[in-house]
Order: sequence, then C-alpha cells, then structure tokens
Amino acid sequence: MRLDDPKLKKIEPPRLSLADRFFLPQVAAGLLVTGKHILDVLIKDTAITVQYPEVQHVPSPVYRGVHRLNKDEEGRPKCVACMLCATACPAHCIDIVGATAPESWPDREKYPESFVIDELRCIYCGMCEEACPVEAIELTGLYDLTGLSREEMIFDKTKLLSVFDVTRDAEPMKFTTPPPAGTGPTQALESPVS
Amino acid sequence: MTIWVLIGILIKILVIVGITQGTVAYLILVERKIAAWAQDRIGPNRCGRTLGVPFALIQPLADGAKMLLKEDVIPKYVTKPLYLLAPWIAIVTAMIGFAVVPFGPTGPEQIIDFQLAPNVDIGILYVLAVGSLAVYGVILAGWASNNKYSFIGGLRSSAQLISYEIPLGLSILGMVLIAGSLDLSKIINWQTQKFYGIPCWGVLAQPLGFILFFTSAFAETNRLPFDLPESEQELVGGFHTEYSAMKFGMFFLGEYLHVITVSFITVILFFGGWDFPYLTYPEQTAWYWTILKVAVITIKVMIAIIFIMWIRWTLPRFRYDQLMDLAWKSMIPLALINLVATAAIVQLVRTYWS
Repeated sequence: MRLDDPKLKKIEPPRLSLADRFFLPQVAAGLLVTGKHILDVLIKDTAITVQYPEVQHVPSPVYRGVHRLNKDEEGRPKCVACMLCATACPAHCIDIVGATAPESWPDREKYPESFVIDELRCIYCGMCEEACPVEAIELTGLYDLTGLSREEMIFDKTKLLSVFDVTRDAEPMKFTTPPPAGTGPTQALESPVS
Repeated sequence: MTIWVLIGILIKILVIVGITQGTVAYLILVERKIAAWAQDRIGPNRCGRTLGVPFALIQPLADGAKMLLKEDVIPKYVTKPLYLLAPWIAIVTAMIGFAVVPFGPTGPEQIIDFQLAPNVDIGILYVLAVGSLAVYGVILAGWASNNKYSFIGGLRSSAQLISYEIPLGLSILGMVLIAGSLDLSKIINWQTQKFYGIPCWGVLAQPLGFILFFTSAFAETNRLPFDLPESEQELVGGFHTEYSAMKFGMFFLGEYLHVITVSFITVILFFGGWDFPYLTYPEQTAWYWTILKVAVITIKVMIAIIFIMWIRWTLPRFRYDQLMDLAWKSMIPLALINLVATAAIVQLVRTYWS
C-alpha cells in the first residue's frame, strides 16, 4: 500500500485538553471510582470473595473438573473399552487395558481391566466425554483436586468409580436422567441427533 | 540538668522508633485491606481467628515472623559490602528523618517537647536532605545486586528521585516564605492564626504548592503511580529483586516509614499540624490540650496515609517519559511560578501592610 493511497486512514493521537494534561480531573474521577468500591464493600458488603473452606464455590453445571467412570444399574462400569476416549484425548492421559467381558455380561464384548487417567496431564477439555458412545466417562464439577505426590494424581479405575459414587446424587448423568425441572439455563437439552 | 535532657531524648527516640515500627506493621495490614476493598475483595481476615482476635489483627506479627524466619539468600555474584549496606541505608535514612518532625505541640513551656531534636532552625531542609539520602539505598541495592533488572530499577530510581527533588523543594519554599521560617513548629504556629476568620492552613494559602508537593512526595516514597524503581510487571522486583527475608523487609519498612514521614510533613506544612480551628492555640500548655493536639495531628496523619494508599490503588504507573515530562515540563515551571509569585506577594504585604 502506497502512502497516498485513498483507502489509507490517518489517525492522529487525540489532542489533550489542558485539564487532561494536568491529570488532576482524571485523578479525581479515578478516586471517585475506587472510593465508591471501597465504600460499597464496607457498607453494602458487595465483596465477591467466597470464604472457601466454610463456603463452597458452586461451579457452573458445564464446569469440567475431575473425571468419573459411570456405573450402570447393576453397579458395573458402563465402559466397553472401545478406546474412543483414549484416541480422542489430545493430552494422551487416558490408558485403558481392555479385556473380554465375563460370560455373565451378555450386553458387551469387552470391559476395561484397567482404566487409568493421569489427572496432571489432563487438560480438562472434555473430548473424552464427547467421544464416549455409552456415556461411561464424564467430567464432574469437583474442582478441589489436590495431592501430595504425582503418583497420587494418577487415578485408577477404583478411584474413578469412587468419584462416581461421591457425585452420583449431586450430578445426575446429563443425558440418561433428565435434571429436575426449573434448574434454569443449565438444563441438559435433548440431543437433536437421536 | 543536661543529662536529664539527654535521657529524656533517648526515651523519646525509643518510644518513637517503637511506635513507628509498630505502625508500619499495621500500615501493611491497612494497605492490604484497602487494596482488597478497592478490588471488591475482603482482604486478610483469618489470622488470629482461632485465638479469638478479630479482623486479622495478628497478621502483621505473622508477616514479621515470616520476614525474620525466612532463609536469607545472598547470591554469589553480588558486591557484598554494598549489598549488605543498602537495606540499612534505606531504613536508617527513613528513620532519622523523624528527628525534626514535631508530632505534637513543641516549645519549652510544654510538659513534653514533642520533637526529638527541638529547635532545629532548618527543620524542613533536614527532612529534605535526609529524604534524598534514601536514594542511595535504592541505587546501591540496584548496583550491588549485579543484575540487569535491579540495575535498571536503581537507574530509574536515581533519575526519578533527582527530578522530583526539585519540585519538592521548590513547592515547600512558598510555605517557608509565608511563614518566615524553616522550623516546622514555627510553620505550624503561623498556620494557627486566622485571616478574616478563616484558618490560614497551608493548603488554602498555597494550593498549587500543596498539589506539587504532594505529587512529588509520591515520587519520593517510590509508590504508585511513581513506583518505577520496583515496577513488578517489568522489572521483576526492581532494585530489591535479589533481596530476601529481612533485607527485603527492611526496604519494605523503609518505604512505609517514608509514607509516614511524608504524611507528617504534608499535615504539618499544609494542614496546620495539630491545629484544630477555633479550639487549639499555641499558648495552651495544659496536659489535656497537649493530648488533644497530639490526637488531632495523629488523626490528620492517618487520613493522609489512607489517602496515599487510596491513590495507590487508583492510578496506574506512569511511563518513564511521562514521568520525566511531568517533572521537568509541568511541575518545575509551575513550582517556579508559584515561588516567584509568593515571594512577590509576601514582599508587597510586608512592605505596605505592616
């Protein structure tokens, strides 16, 4: 583009008035803003702080926290060891060892002998959840994920199933059980595909 | 006789050092609280709850203990003598500035002379001189740390402090001319008189001088909006990047002591010191008047400190060229105009009115 191009728009820096150059009116305006915030917190108690251990933060229903492995009605893991989640995972944090399902489980061919998620590698993108054909893996709203060692943060099948036991009542599965009416904008919608 | 005066002064020094250090600890708590409120947060409120102490009043003790107990790292590549000396310069210069500050009524007829070094005729000059010594702490720290960030911090600090010394001194001179003395207690006494019923506070007599002084005072304390020497976002920590534990704490302490000194000077020069209009007069010497006067000056200083903190959490940092523009192109000419105008008016008034 040439310098005399008609499409070229020349922008001048805004000319400051005398008051602007002395900063003082702006400083006063700024002081009013912060002063209002200080007084609001003091008088009207508008602080947004959550007093954490006593008051728990409730994340949005679409929050993606710790994984869980869902169980079906008979208490078996729903997972069929199809490896779709492990394939979809961009962080390669899911490790599944599949095995032939026992004779007493006629509805599937395989089941996960071991199902390990490295919670430190996971980027909590939710792709595994999307990929799963049987809604076996889900991300819960648990956000206080802590541990004392790296080994502790590698969750095996038992631990992932126990996460399901903990969150079963708080977070009913988003598609299998419709959420109670009136939960507002966070209600799960019916899949348009099915 | 003189030995008793000496003992009295020593006791006063101990009391003042104790009080100011304690105040500094609690100022850090106040600062954190004000920061939190300005940002719609609550701020520290846990420390000491199990002991039944409300409002995290133990927090300063915990902070102090943390400073003392942390590992004191001295990097191998520093220039050791200067590195060790710098924090001491920072804190000592901040503290000896207090020597001439009258924190209550002064004079031989008072029961206690509320000044460590009474009757220093060049009081305000001394404060300025000692205040500008503080820049050595910053520069030496930046230089001795042998680190680019620290060095840039020290460099900026030296340029900034030298620039702002000029408007600081010039803006005070107007007040000095009017009151006719460099002695801080005489300046207070001048402000207690009334001009057609209006108290002659410095802020009314010298409004421009007050604004210039207060602005340069911010630069002197190295606080936002002039905290270029340490600017965390650009220079890691500026001159105190390499300092840890109590050495860092000493810089911190020095900064807050500076805030206290600056607030005292502001209140004394421009807000009448211990003067409460139509209630206190220099002639009152009874003990209850003394208590009242000390209370008045303390409350005024508190308000000034809170205002300084309020400013800190309001304004963003100046860019370096803006900083220099402000000092050399706006503040120094304005201060000169103010000084010349004041001198002319004072001379006219002295010639024709009295």
